[in-house]
Amino acid sequence: MARREYSLLGPDGARAVETGLAAAEWYHTDVPRKVMKELMQRSDQPAIRDTILLYGCMVGFAAGGIALWGTWWCVPFWLAYGVLYGSASDSRWHECGHGTAFKTAWMNNAVYEIASFMIMRNSATWRWSHARHHTDTYIVGRDPEIAIMRPPAFVKLIGSFFGIPEVIDFFPRMIRNSLSGPTAEERTFVPQSEWGKVQRVALIYTAIYAATLAAAIGMQSILPLMVVGLPRIYGAWHHVMTGVLQHGGLADNVIDHRLNSRTVYMNPVSRFVYWNMNYHVEHHMFPMVPYHALPRLHEAIKHDLPAPNRSIVEAFAEMWPALRRQLAYEDYFLRRDLPAGAKPYREDFHRAALGDMPDALPAE
Amino acid sequence: MPQWIRACATGDVEEEDLIRFDHGGATYAIYHSPEGRFYATAGLCTHENVHLCDGLVMGHLIECPKHNGQFDYRTGAAKRAPVCVDLRTYPVKVDGSDVFIEVP
Ligand code: FES
Repeated sequence: MARREYSLLGPDGARAVETGLAAAEWYHTDVPRKVMKELMQRSDQPAIRDTILLYGCMVGFAAGGIALWGTWWCVPFWLAYGVLYGSASDSRWHECGHGTAFKTAWMNNAVYEIASFMIMRNSATWRWSHARHHTDTYIVGRDPEIAIMRPPAFVKLIGSFFGIPEVIDFFPRMIRNSLSGPTAEERTFVPQSEWGKVQRVALIYTAIYAATLAAAIGMQSILPLMVVGLPRIYGAWHHVMTGVLQHGGLADNVIDHRLNSRTVYMNPVSRFVYWNMNYHVEHHMFPMVPYHALPRLHEAIKHDLPAPNRSIVEAFAEMWPALRRQLAYEDYFLRRDLPAGAKPYREDFHRAALGDMPDALPAE
Repeated sequence: MPQWIRACATGDVEEEDLIRFDHGGATYAIYHSPEGRFYATAGLCTHENVHLCDGLVMGHLIECPKHNGQFDYRTGAAKRAPVCVDLRTYPVKVDGSDVFIEVP
């Protein structure tokens, strides 16, 4: 296969539209309507509990970090605060963006706006990019949220654990958005009616960062930046660690989430930070199901899905060698077996992607 | 010329739920509201061509199963991103235990 062209304005995206791979009908496991309705039910209570816990812990850790500033004792407080700011904000952004975390719309919107700011994503732009990610998950040239492109850029990936490429991208983009609204690429997925909002959000972010910077200069200390901004760098590692597992090493250009998404069993702390997005095949197949019902959805459909990885470590052990192989052979991907009785993958749908499979792999 | 056609029986749609109804090459969604009224809209979301019948009815809102866009199914008004274009609605009447919709 020719080299992948990930630009949304490039030939791969145009080809996906021509061949019907874009905006296609995806595979869904059959779930009785009654069960699905019950799983989709919304509730405020779990997300209110989790949000009080999250923001309460953030205030506590930040207070500890500030009180102990200047001593080594502040380090664990900042590390914990950083993960909640720079990683839990990613999952809150995600779930509240879907509008499924809370039953009450304004609660979803409020947490979405705060989380978008913390994770450094323009809240108006990213709502639309994520919609595209669900329409065209890992369709090259269509999905603006492909975390690991092929061949994998390991330096960039490792930098992402510290938020470096994202932060470097974010600030110039924020200024550009503040001055002239969405960029040309952003205009391919943000409807025109929202362009003004993209600009307004960027202006608000710019004002907050300017005020924080002014406070840091006024105080002659980086302390204000430890609270606002820098935790996106020193606390990013957890959301990158969990996020790269979502699709890393799996197929692209397919329309069956069992081929391109990964479910991983995780420890309770990571699941709190990640808000159960470790059930990622389930989330993509049924985005209407709120995070707190994903374990139940998993139980209902796991007979039709590849076996989940049993831990983060096991998932990395599976993914990392696949990424390394993609360095030499871009078309390589992991194809996981389905359990007996599962509906088979539709080879006819995926011939282009599955055609030259690992059997044809050159020796490593 | 608009005509009334039978879409379903009242008992076919649970309260606070919807079903899909196909007729004449078009697809519709028939809703049963929490207070027992029936409504009809186009069956496909205006954002992308996704069937609303797999979505969730909450009060008077239908949430699309693909990207969680929402419409008020009584008026068709788009209520939540990513939907921006309103949904077409159709007149409904109930005769005995039959639900009819008026289609163009
Ligand atoms: S297809 Fe309905 S919200 Fe996107």
